[in-house]
Amino acid sequence: MTEALQAVAANAAEKLGESITGVVQARGELTLEVRRDDILKACRTLRDDPVFAFEELIDVCGVDYSTYRMESRAGLRPGPRFAVVYHLLSLKHNRRLRLRAFLDDEMPIIASVYDIWNAANWFEREAFDLFGIIFEGHPDLRRILTDYGFIGHPFRKDFPLIGQVEMRYDEAKRRVVYQPVTIEPRVLVPRVIRDVQGSTNVAGGRTPGATDEGFARG
Amino acid sequence: MSREAGRRERPTKGSRVAEIRNYTMNFGPQHPAAHGVLRLVLELDGEVIQRIDPHVGLLHRATEKLAESKPYNQSIGYMDRLDYVSMMCNEHAYVRAIEKLAGIEAPIRAQYIRTMFDEITRILNHLLWLGARALDIGAMTVFLYAFREREDLFDCYEAVSGARMHATYYRPGGVYRDLPDAMPKYQPSKWHDAKDVARLNSNREGSLLDFIWDFTERFPGYVDEYETLLTDNRIWKQRTVGIGVIAPERALALGYSGPMLRGSGVEWDLRKKQPYAMYDRVDFDIPVGVNGDCYDRYLVRVEEMRQSNRIVRQCVEWLRRNPGPVMVDNHKIAPPRREEMKADMEALIHHFKLFTEGYCLPEGEVYAAVEAPKGEFGIYMVSDGANKPYRVKIRAPGFAHLASLDEMAKGHMIADLVAMIGSQDIVFGEVDR
Repeated sequence: MTEALQAVAANAAEKLGESITGVVQARGELTLEVRRDDILKACRTLRDDPVFAFEELIDVCGVDYSTYRMESRAGLRPGPRFAVVYHLLSLKHNRRLRLRAFLDDEMPIIASVYDIWNAANWFEREAFDLFGIIFEGHPDLRRILTDYGFIGHPFRKDFPLIGQVEMRYDEAKRRVVYQPVTIEPRVLVPRVIRDVQGSTNVAGGRTPGATDEGFARG
Repeated sequence: MSREAGRRERPTKGSRVAEIRNYTMNFGPQHPAAHGVLRLVLELDGEVIQRIDPHVGLLHRATEKLAESKPYNQSIGYMDRLDYVSMMCNEHAYVRAIEKLAGIEAPIRAQYIRTMFDEITRILNHLLWLGARALDIGAMTVFLYAFREREDLFDCYEAVSGARMHATYYRPGGVYRDLPDAMPKYQPSKWHDAKDVARLNSNREGSLLDFIWDFTERFPGYVDEYETLLTDNRIWKQRTVGIGVIAPERALALGYSGPMLRGSGVEWDLRKKQPYAMYDRVDFDIPVGVNGDCYDRYLVRVEEMRQSNRIVRQCVEWLRRNPGPVMVDNHKIAPPRREEMKADMEALIHHFKLFTEGYCLPEGEVYAAVEAPKGEFGIYMVSDGANKPYRVKIRAPGFAHLASLDEMAKGHMIADLVAMIGSQDIVFGEVDR
């Protein structure tokens, strides 16, 4: 399995060249980081070139990295805030591949892959709805999961879990009205990162991939 | 179906006949054939569908965001409520993602139990689908038959987890507990006298495995009953043959998976191609359709029920012979036994830590998919090393299928729309998440 992934990574480096800015291979999965401007070119090659043959787009989703590792001693991870993650599947070679493209912070925009895989239609609408990522060239970029007239992008990390508005029936106006939420936000279990030795960690010790920085600074 | 906005083109000057052209009609969100809260805005030319704009999200609960705010184990229950007719398969994808991140593996007996319950879940799902679908097209009996069998399978769910539907039975590192040695029994009541109760309890005298075995003995006969009612039924074939045809290349481009993809003639099943749990140790076949229409998808699912029955039998045989642990022995991820906690300080600390803080998973990301009854159900999980997932993305098969409804239904009559929605096996718990 891993050799097959290495072959994919080598082929990608050869055929896509500078479009690939990073390769991560972990837990039997391969992730390619693609330059945002080259996403269409890369996807087209990945679908049409017989050495890749990723005929099927399994999933597209947005990720907001703005609070990534905020609780760690080393502090927040630097880098762009938004990314779009694509999951591809090749039936011919029985392989999976993950692509990630980081976006600009001010204007999260990327080309739509709708023309390459029609399956992207609703997945991109969802990422637009929940994260506010704009897919250029999408035929029908509308909200999909949230309510009619919804304001904001709820899956961004700065959007509160309890939401901004609540709905109730107003006796006087005799219709349903929106009002600011009245419930208090609460956290039952605080978020913690324990990647130092001897702590509650599943592996019973050091986290693979955790750096010593946390130790040194602490 | 209520008419929302009937647009009528003005007659051109000079012509006396008012021409009625494209209508815009509203379908749902409360419609018995929509299988949940689906709203469709239909553009019609007479009775022929020109365009469909499905409005989804009426059942959106932000499961992914909720999962980000809770320790890993507390979100297992949410997975049941996604696709609420194939509960354990959703759990399976979620716990597999956690196990992959943590680098642990469930004991072999737990893997067999998962395989067995995945297939029981598949039968449950396909039975509901078959019954509801037949009802859509006008056959009442199948629905009643299907629910009779579902009742037995819910009893299996209840016996292992205490809940008939939302089981929360799979846990990272195994399953919640081993299979029970006794089945719950009916008690005499004012509706059932002792004789009735003895009849109802006749197959519940042994263990859960005996009960499941008895079910698998009966079930192929039941499937024959459904097939007698439908497979060669003239009306059934008129309503489904040649309706909603999707070519294999289009099925791939549209992101199809599961019976929808196989109905279009693509032989692809994760249980065979990327086996997980114990699917590489059991013997079964993958049915594949030819024409990619509603009828083929029906045949594929019916055959899948028979194959699931085969898998369940093989699992029961294995489980009877091989007792063993059903949970990993790592108390960083699985709680210690109650008795241990009473005597052992360390066990008590582990228990306390696990239920107040949970466990931290190493930084990284994984995608874990299972062949759920509806198709590829996947969990993409990003961890930043905390005790809660940083991002969970649920890849629901029904979402991709429903997105293609416009293409599938274009040019068909409005009455066929119901047949096509039915053939996609849509459940809004997973589409809207």
